[in-house]
Amino acid sequence: MLPAIPNLLSIVTFAPLFGAAVIMILRALSRRDDEAVIARNAKWISLWTTLVTLALSVVMLLQFNGASPAYQFEEHYTWFGPVSYHMGVDGISILFVALTAFLMPICIAASWTSITQRVTEYMVAFLLLETLVIGVFTSLDIFLFYIFFEGGLVPMFLIIGIWGGKDRVYAAYKFFLYTLLGSVLMLAAMLYMVNKLGTANIPEMTRLLTETPFPVDVQGFLWFAFFASFAVKMPMWPVHTWLPDAHVQAPTAGSVMLAGILLKLGGYGFIRFNLPMFPQASEMFAPLVMILSVIAVVYTSLVAFRQTDIKKLIAYSSVAHMGFVTMGIFAGNQLGVEGAIFQMISHGLISGALFLCVGVVYDRWHTREIAFYGGLTKLMPHFAFIFLLFTMANVGLPGTSGFIGEIATMTGAYDWGTWVALVSASGVIFSAVYALNLYKRVMFGVVTNDELKKYPDVDAREIAIFTPLIIGTLVLGIYPAFVFDFTTASVDGLVKAYQAAIGG
Amino acid sequence: MDLAMDFPAFNEALPETILGLSAILILVFGAFRGDKGMTSISALCGAALIGAAFAAAWSPLGTAFSGSFVSDGVSVFAKVAMYIASAFIIVLGQGYFDRLNNRRFEFPILILLATLGMSIMVSAGDLIALYVGLELQSLALYVLAAFRRDDAKSSEAGLKYFVLGALASGLLLYGASLVYGFAGSMYFTDIAAAANDNMNVGLIFGLVFVISGLAFKVSAAPFHMWTPDVYEGAPTPVVAFFAGAPKFAAMILLARVLETAFLTEIDQWRQVLLVLAVLSFAVGGLGGLMQKDFKRLLAYSSIANMGYALLAIAAGTTQGIQALLMFFALYMVDSLGLFAAQMSLQRKDGEPVTRIDQFAGLAKVNMPIAIAITILALSVLGMPPFGGFWSKYFVFGAALSSDLIWFAVAGLVASVIAAFYYLRLIKLMWFDAPVVEFGKAPLETRWIALASAAFSFPGAIVFLIFGSVLAAAAVVGFGAH
Repeated sequence: MLPAIPNLLSIVTFAPLFGAAVIMILRALSRRDDEAVIARNAKWISLWTTLVTLALSVVMLLQFNGASPAYQFEEHYTWFGPVSYHMGVDGISILFVALTAFLMPICIAASWTSITQRVTEYMVAFLLLETLVIGVFTSLDIFLFYIFFEGGLVPMFLIIGIWGGKDRVYAAYKFFLYTLLGSVLMLAAMLYMVNKLGTANIPEMTRLLTETPFPVDVQGFLWFAFFASFAVKMPMWPVHTWLPDAHVQAPTAGSVMLAGILLKLGGYGFIRFNLPMFPQASEMFAPLVMILSVIAVVYTSLVAFRQTDIKKLIAYSSVAHMGFVTMGIFAGNQLGVEGAIFQMISHGLISGALFLCVGVVYDRWHTREIAFYGGLTKLMPHFAFIFLLFTMANVGLPGTSGFIGEIATMTGAYDWGTWVALVSASGVIFSAVYALNLYKRVMFGVVTNDELKKYPDVDAREIAIFTPLIIGTLVLGIYPAFVFDFTTASVDGLVKAYQAAIGG
Repeated sequence: MDLAMDFPAFNEALPETILGLSAILILVFGAFRGDKGMTSISALCGAALIGAAFAAAWSPLGTAFSGSFVSDGVSVFAKVAMYIASAFIIVLGQGYFDRLNNRRFEFPILILLATLGMSIMVSAGDLIALYVGLELQSLALYVLAAFRRDDAKSSEAGLKYFVLGALASGLLLYGASLVYGFAGSMYFTDIAAAANDNMNVGLIFGLVFVISGLAFKVSAAPFHMWTPDVYEGAPTPVVAFFAGAPKFAAMILLARVLETAFLTEIDQWRQVLLVLAVLSFAVGGLGGLMQKDFKRLLAYSSIANMGYALLAIAAGTTQGIQALLMFFALYMVDSLGLFAAQMSLQRKDGEPVTRIDQFAGLAKVNMPIAIAITILALSVLGMPPFGGFWSKYFVFGAALSSDLIWFAVAGLVASVIAAFYYLRLIKLMWFDAPVVEFGKAPLETRWIALASAAFSFPGAIVFLIFGSVLAAAAVVGFGAH
């Protein structure tokens, strides 16, 4: 057993910020003309910072007691008024912390050669983003949560806007304003709740609201305010339109962050706030969520099929997969919620890997047009293997993590209402259609474009990037208990309280 | 012999006494030294302000001059904040006029006099003190707006401000006379008794005129017309002054009139304030979208922000006043920092950078200032964890606990619209290539900008701890609560 580290959670959260500060200080101290040296230092410092963060989060995973539904590694210091610095993780949030820490070194490594402009700012933005995202999952004070949740917009805005593609400015604005509009409504709801309850402590608020819930009409408004914010983040149909733009314009690592982590903030918010704090409203609005979810699953799958841009196609497929998540959460049963968490973790790995695959070809030929490619299997056999594996995982092939997430959420949704599972199951077929079609058009066939012969197969760095993702996808697919061991106790408490509140 | 025994009132009014006497003495000194003494006069005025700030913090609370002058927690909080803000303006002004080779010793003295006026405003206990304080402040500000008399825009700004300001003063005076006529007394406490006994149309009429006059001073829509022009034309340090302390003083004055004299009639004035607030959100948010000039942009931003302050007063509770104090304490720093940052940007040829599109590429040329402007802009737009977010936290918290839910939502939605023009600024600085050649940033502007940004974050973390406690203690027993 490893020794307990005091304030481990704060260290994990702020370690990346510390790395960012070191980069900035080194930059300020060094001479102006050392641009190349500064950039190299920034890269290595970022990589080491993210690896240390990963190591610390692994320590945290090992020390975590999965049998307990309670918050662990808690830290609590009062700040002012009802606001306090309160951190802690339970079986739900710890996995997202680990996922973030796991994907970050991959993002840094993926940007190693493709980012040549303003490298220090890029690395600082990413490290800042890591702190803010981990903070969302670790904060147990509602305003602290809001700080991290909102704060993440700024580095992402800069990442899309500075290092993005052609229409980056438009995409950056759209991303920022869409998500901001969603979250200011949530802020109003938070202020209202804290005023009424007299505390901003999330576990305490949940307890008070379980004992004496708000009247149903008030719950409805509050539920909707939180929903507005998380649905945009998620993103749910019909407020998903910012996502394809943001993805297409963002640099590869930005897309990985966006799909892998930032989308999960919405699902995490639903589980942390909407379900336990407003159970009656959640039950009342569950049909709405289910309808939106199945539309997302079916409709965006069809939209994905029509795309000519690889990245856009994967972006739409993310929306479809997030449909399973919302479906599972609002089914409100053990399997549904656990499945939703699993689906989010799994999608974090798979979609991240798929965007990295796009990055591999984009770094070489600088186009994402599907029509440009064809026959890459012959030229890049290693890449063909990697891409096929993740395409299959995306489709939900048994043995990969994608399968577990979909089957669990669909089973959960089946308990809630047969039609939901029925319609969404058809979405699985559609996802096979667009994913296999993409693979066929990019990888199979004869090489018609001579440009494609110019570049070699994936190199050692790229293989090193994909290896952990491949292992993760397969391990979780074969032995999903790695995730469920953490989530079961916490989700059990949550679901029991929810079912009791709605009298089910 | 103890001075305080002979003139007991000066115990409570010690800061005003210091300011008034120093202004007169320094003016005499200046008359002999002339413009070349500007530096020492600035230093003296700054010292007087710091001295007054300490005096304000330590002078006893209570009423003086038979109730015309009230020194309470709120007035002390406001005075300390305003004196510090004015001292920074003197620093900015000194450097600004130095570089223009246009040194004139009246500048710091006028700031001192305006501050004295504001000081009287926040301590006003009757209608006479209200008007005297307001006019002393306004007359000093009219002159300051037109301070660059060789510059057409500055003269235009001064004239516009004067004509419209005089009209507003007239409205206010008319309202005050109606209130006096119908209540039979000048004192706020007596008016409260009269309003409680017999609230009639005459009093309401007077009240609305008083509110309108003050709404002009704080540039709340629809009385905001002068703001963009005056902001654009007046010398930048003067605008930085306009944006902070005088509005704070006028807001405190408004709160004091409404919540001392008319607290029982909250239903009468709350709707007026809410209309003003929502209009300010709309004008400030939408008007800012079209602006090309940085200072005009900040003018619209300040209009929107005054909407938030009005919302805090409209809450009608001590929590609302606490929110008002915290709001201004945090907002004044942001706005001071933004103006200082703008003053720090000069082209190689010494011309100031005024248009927003000239900010392009700043991050490549001058990263510290670009980071400072980014932080301050995000703060004003209300992004956590910066100071501006917490100022809104207090305001909307107060509004929601008074069940002004939809007005709070309106304010938050307006902040999303405002986000657009701040994002544009950030976009220009970080995404685009430079279009002008930037010269070296003057030292004091640079440091004030950086310090303001550091105050916004991480300084606010510490400030909130004691600031919120002080503000909560200050509002106990405010007005008729």
